[in-house]
Amino acid sequence: MRIGLDIGSTTIKCVVLNRYDEVIYESYQRHYSQITESAAKLLRQLAEVLPNVKQAKLAISGSAGMGLAESLAIPFVQEVFGTRIAAGRLLPAADVIIELGGEDAKILFLTGGMEVRMNGSCAGGTGAFMDQMATLLEVNLDELNQMAERAEKVYTIASRCGVFAKSDIQPLLNQGARKEDVAASIFAAVVSQTIAGLAQGRPIKGGVVYLGGPLTFLSQLRASFDKSLHTTGLCPEHSLYFVALGAAYSAEERIELAGLAERLEDYSKTESYAFMAPLFADEEEYRDFRQRHEKAAVDFHEPAAETAGAYFGIDAGSTTIKMVMVDEEDRILCNSYQTNNGNPVPMVRQFLQEFYEAWPQIPIKGSAVTGYGEDIIRRAFRVDYGIVETVAHYKAAAHFMPEVDFIIDIGGQDIKCFKIKNKAIDNIFLNEACSSGCGSFLQTFANALGYGTEDFARLGLFGQRPVDLGSRCTVFMNSLVKQAQKDGASIENISAGLSISVVKNALYKVIRPTAAEPLGRHIVVQGGTFLNDGVLRAFEQELKTQVVRPTIAGLMGAYGAALYAKEQKEKIPNSKEGGKPGLLTIDELKAFSHAVASANCGLCSNHCQLTINTFSGGRRFISGNRCSRPITNKAEDHRLNLYEYKRRLLEEYRQKAAGKMGCDEEYPIFKDKVIGLPMGLNMYELLPFWQVFFNALGYRVMVSPASSRELYLKGQGSIPSDTICYPAKLMHGHIQYLLEQGVDVIFYPCMTYNLDEGLGDNHYNCPVVAYYPEVIAANEPGLERIKFIYDYLGLHRPKEFPLKIWQILWEKLDNKIGLQKVKKAAAKAYEELEKYRQKVEAKGHEIIAQARQEERQIIVLAGRPYHVDGEINHGIDQLIAGFGVAIITEDALSPLVEKHPGTVLNQWTYHSRLYAAAHYVGTQADMNLVQLVSFGCGVDAITTDEVNDILEENGKIYTQIKIDEIANLGAVRIRLRSLLAAVGGEKRDD
Amino acid sequence: MTDMKGGAAVKVKTPTKGSERIPRIPFTREMKKDYTILIPMMAPIHFSLIKNVLTNSGYNVELLENCGPGVVEEGLKYVHNDTCYPALLVIGQMLDALKSGKYDLNKTALMISQTGGGCRASNYIFLLRRALKKAGYGQIPVVSLNVSGLEKNSGFSLTWPMLYQALAGLVYGDGLMALSNQVKAYEVKKGSADALVREWVAELGRQFNEKKGYSKKDMKANFQKMASDFNAISLDRKPKIKVGIVGEIYVKYASLGNNNLEDFLAEQDCEVMVPGLLDFMLYTVNGVPEKSRLYGGDKVQAMTYEAVSQYIQSMQDIMIDAIAAYPDFVAPSRFAHTKSLVKGVISTGCDMGEGWLLTAEMIELIQKGYGNIVCTQPFGCLPNHICGKGMIRKIRQMDERANIVPIDYDPSATRVNQENRIKLMLAVARENLEKMGESKKTPYLPDTAAPSHLNRSLPYHQWRRWRTEMASH
Repeated sequence: MRIGLDIGSTTIKCVVLNRYDEVIYESYQRHYSQITESAAKLLRQLAEVLPNVKQAKLAISGSAGMGLAESLAIPFVQEVFGTRIAAGRLLPAADVIIELGGEDAKILFLTGGMEVRMNGSCAGGTGAFMDQMATLLEVNLDELNQMAERAEKVYTIASRCGVFAKSDIQPLLNQGARKEDVAASIFAAVVSQTIAGLAQGRPIKGGVVYLGGPLTFLSQLRASFDKSLHTTGLCPEHSLYFVALGAAYSAEERIELAGLAERLEDYSKTESYAFMAPLFADEEEYRDFRQRHEKAAVDFHEPAAETAGAYFGIDAGSTTIKMVMVDEEDRILCNSYQTNNGNPVPMVRQFLQEFYEAWPQIPIKGSAVTGYGEDIIRRAFRVDYGIVETVAHYKAAAHFMPEVDFIIDIGGQDIKCFKIKNKAIDNIFLNEACSSGCGSFLQTFANALGYGTEDFARLGLFGQRPVDLGSRCTVFMNSLVKQAQKDGASIENISAGLSISVVKNALYKVIRPTAAEPLGRHIVVQGGTFLNDGVLRAFEQELKTQVVRPTIAGLMGAYGAALYAKEQKEKIPNSKEGGKPGLLTIDELKAFSHAVASANCGLCSNHCQLTINTFSGGRRFISGNRCSRPITNKAEDHRLNLYEYKRRLLEEYRQKAAGKMGCDEEYPIFKDKVIGLPMGLNMYELLPFWQVFFNALGYRVMVSPASSRELYLKGQGSIPSDTICYPAKLMHGHIQYLLEQGVDVIFYPCMTYNLDEGLGDNHYNCPVVAYYPEVIAANEPGLERIKFIYDYLGLHRPKEFPLKIWQILWEKLDNKIGLQKVKKAAAKAYEELEKYRQKVEAKGHEIIAQARQEERQIIVLAGRPYHVDGEINHGIDQLIAGFGVAIITEDALSPLVEKHPGTVLNQWTYHSRLYAAAHYVGTQADMNLVQLVSFGCGVDAITTDEVNDILEENGKIYTQIKIDEIANLGAVRIRLRSLLAAVGGEKRDD
Repeated sequence: MTDMKGGAAVKVKTPTKGSERIPRIPFTREMKKDYTILIPMMAPIHFSLIKNVLTNSGYNVELLENCGPGVVEEGLKYVHNDTCYPALLVIGQMLDALKSGKYDLNKTALMISQTGGGCRASNYIFLLRRALKKAGYGQIPVVSLNVSGLEKNSGFSLTWPMLYQALAGLVYGDGLMALSNQVKAYEVKKGSADALVREWVAELGRQFNEKKGYSKKDMKANFQKMASDFNAISLDRKPKIKVGIVGEIYVKYASLGNNNLEDFLAEQDCEVMVPGLLDFMLYTVNGVPEKSRLYGGDKVQAMTYEAVSQYIQSMQDIMIDAIAAYPDFVAPSRFAHTKSLVKGVISTGCDMGEGWLLTAEMIELIQKGYGNIVCTQPFGCLPNHICGKGMIRKIRQMDERANIVPIDYDPSATRVNQENRIKLMLAVARENLEKMGESKKTPYLPDTAAPSHLNRSLPYHQWRRWRTEMASH
């Protein structure tokens, strides 16, 4: 008799084998994180099924089973290894096994050099991730699968981790994308993540086997894998139990079954986890707390016939929709707060219609909408104003506390904090895509544990030993909570711990204050998450101060929007539609309709996937577009966008390199070898140099094109490190492109140093920019067919450079090449690089002058040279340009600044430009700096603090935008609009 | 300062000074007398030896070993959360210590090393000062420990005797670490190796204080005795899984950084090998002639560094020879040999962070029978993307024995996750060990003959049909 127990992150599996190794019992159950209880229950069930068995060979496996096995002194079998053992016996013909579990993804290569791979700690959950996504779509996994079957198109969803994907999906839903398509996109994202994260350059071919819960239950997920791998994989019988089977096969030690369940329960009573002080010592303390907060109330007033007029405020958030009607005295007439089920449109319609019907005599004098769904709601209902969330929240907070100087809002998906100075928003902190998920995280967690959100929150208030969960990202929290439960933490203490950790996330990941500098003297907290008393209490405890939570904490955005509408209408009584309020009338509402279709934009090479919402009366709302072309049908205005200028300039160099645009007259091509250059990282800005250098030597040069999602997918299979920055990941695609084009040589040098621009203490490249060619050489099998030159070069030493490169080229490219020729080519190349620099600088100054003439704000969109690439920045420059401001780059300004001492070691060329540009911006009234930061950039952890300090010192607002594979510009939009609202610079023509 | 109306941009003359924002407090001669200098712990054996060197030179030094949850908490509070984990820990540890009330804050200084390469680690000292200022400890001086002349303090200088002693300390540390690790896993009486290490650390401290123990002659004598001492410990040499640890220097050595990795591996019944610290030192020195070779530049400087490197290697040789005299011990390799191993894998020009040395150490470990490797790095460590994770495929291509697991460390990575991945590596290792016939224990892998019940429970016909289809694709 052998028993294998597989305790995974979400389920517990058990198989019993008889003496012939035949399966006589198997069971698969969700454990809802009640690991010890479920395991004990299972053991009791076993005792019933097998009443005569006293002893059995038993082994435990699974990610949640390790600690359990240790404490019960039962042999543990690592789960991937368990799979391998079972596969070895049951599926001797399999070549590759793909196994997805609750939180892990694994690939086992069984033939041709056995290798087992497991996702890194960052890749987050897969099964749990799909659960989360299903919750978001308000379906169960079965329905998700059925929906995916009916999909018509697949959207690109960031696949790194759940939080990223969520922030991609939410806007899609808000903008009206079909749930069916989203479902299929979720599966595609999982597939992409598994392949990118685990295969790491090793091709998945031969007999592919799918194992584990998600792959067993979700046929569409299997189909998605099949499609991506160009194969038909098999999901064998017992596919849920391979780990358990492996554990059973490996079980060697006889274990006494009697009493095992009891031992388990004893173990869980130890409460051996790290805990913190309770939120409330007793009921009385809680009562005082409640009383204090009930003071910050807003008047509610029943609408009546004599009510002179109403103002409608809508906050269409990421997961919820909030609406209020306010009267002339700022009293709330009626309100609504509900989850938006992915589509806020019908809720607004219902609310409005009910109001019209109940109070036909009350005129709605003005309306405003804010939040993620601003655009669609505004278009659908002809709302008067669309305002950025931060402004709406400030309006509302100021109503309760006119002297408010700090507002923190924790909503479903965002943490928004802003400092107020001189009645204007002075500094904004928004959570990075990586640490978000606060409110909806609590909700998902409550549901996963089988509670409603409110009940769950209430449970935590009197937990006496809240689990110390620290501050960390959602995905990690999952496994931590499980660990705590395993250690016997009660649901009360977990709830309290989660509330505290939400606060810690907000404080230490988003705001990062310190005791030395208080957040503010007058703090208002709001957002749905603060309705949770636990979160509010934790916030006060952590800050050791008292804050104001308006009783309508969840409605503040909507309330602020209504107040804004009122304020505007008082200023300008008539809206632009000829004196009438723009909002839909009752008749129009009754005839209201809303249809959604998807299309691919064909107006430029981006081929954005558009979602087109059509409303009755022919109003349309298009989303998914990166630029305004599909809406205005006009080419975009690029006059004042230095990013665009740079892209075009570099494209010219790219054409010239291939011998086009008259370049072949200046530099005749006479060599037959074609040299390929990948357009990214250290090559990006040096393209002018290498184009002239190789053209002058008589070579035709093939430069890979601007990056795109397709290009990324080409190379994603060979990326060895899934946490490296996106620009580096793209290099694999660029190399693949060049290989496909059949170039003879790829030239991509390692460069420890960049050119010395005299701005810093040294002039290094960052390690990734410097040495990525080494990674390419080690991980791109295709390069073995051609010549790959990736030697170390130092352009910073123009005297020695020609000799060094001559030696390399002589050895690797052409042993007839002459040193003199190389010297001449190098001289020309240096000249060209200088010319390019001057062009960029001159154009930058031209844009500044023009912008000043037109009285436009100037945004210095600062990053690295390769952030100019449209796939890397996801069209952020165009988005900002759409606000009617001018955009320049940091390197157009840095030459204007002299070397200066900083508080950091200023040792990277690209970064010293950042500091210089920040200093310059500090001296200019009409300039602001926005820093682009690639996710995973370790170096920017240092630069961002410094740039922030430099700007703050000069009274400027620092804005940082983190970018990754993520293609959602919603958060970016809020940030930029808030910034522009603060400096008063938005010029929109709508 | 600039013309705002004039349209085009105007040159900025006097930008604000960062140094005014966070002033640098020098460590003065006066302070040397009664200040306590706190140093964060990294490699325990080496740092204990170095501590003795500093104490002998008249500094009051204390190695920080506080490691509670407060350390990470302080780090998260005062250091940018995306900064590498070591910076967060080291700074957190210092702040935690300052807040403990154990030290007179007006008589305390901090010491931190500064390497000065293209990695962000060169910025630790600035991050520390920023954190100190934020936490309200702006008055505390920070001493930079560097040999490249990055920052100087009147009250702290590396004198020649100190340098010699420190160098010798590193060599002794490497020797003690190599010997004790190889003995520890097999010792009959638990704790004998550790006790011997303590004895030797004390003994060497005494010798240094008498200005002895760091001449080559003394080193030779000491090392011979040391190797013989360790050889005398009685062992039970039953085969164990041999695991090597490589990675970012802090998380590789510091138990605080790697969640007590060495202890965990010992619990899993493994022998652990951790490549020495001296190689890192030599690797740093080697960078200068390397740069001159690749890019051109000061030849005299390059030759000086080369000579220094040769000298240090001659000290290393003493240790290697002494250990190699006992065939049961695996002696560390000479630096020059380690360096030669990366030929055709990664260039020795790749020298940010641990650079090529990390790759070299992996290859060396595999060649010495330690093919099971934990490659440790802080989450988002840029150099390790290149020379660690980036090279694994190539190393495996060269040598199938490579069984490498990269593990990320950061404040939010859970220990369970890390240990689970390490256990996977160990499971494969155990299988390899058993395949090599070194063990009599019954293997984990059962015989592969298809069990009888398969005919019933597995759809073999379906499987076969599918296989044929696959083949015809």
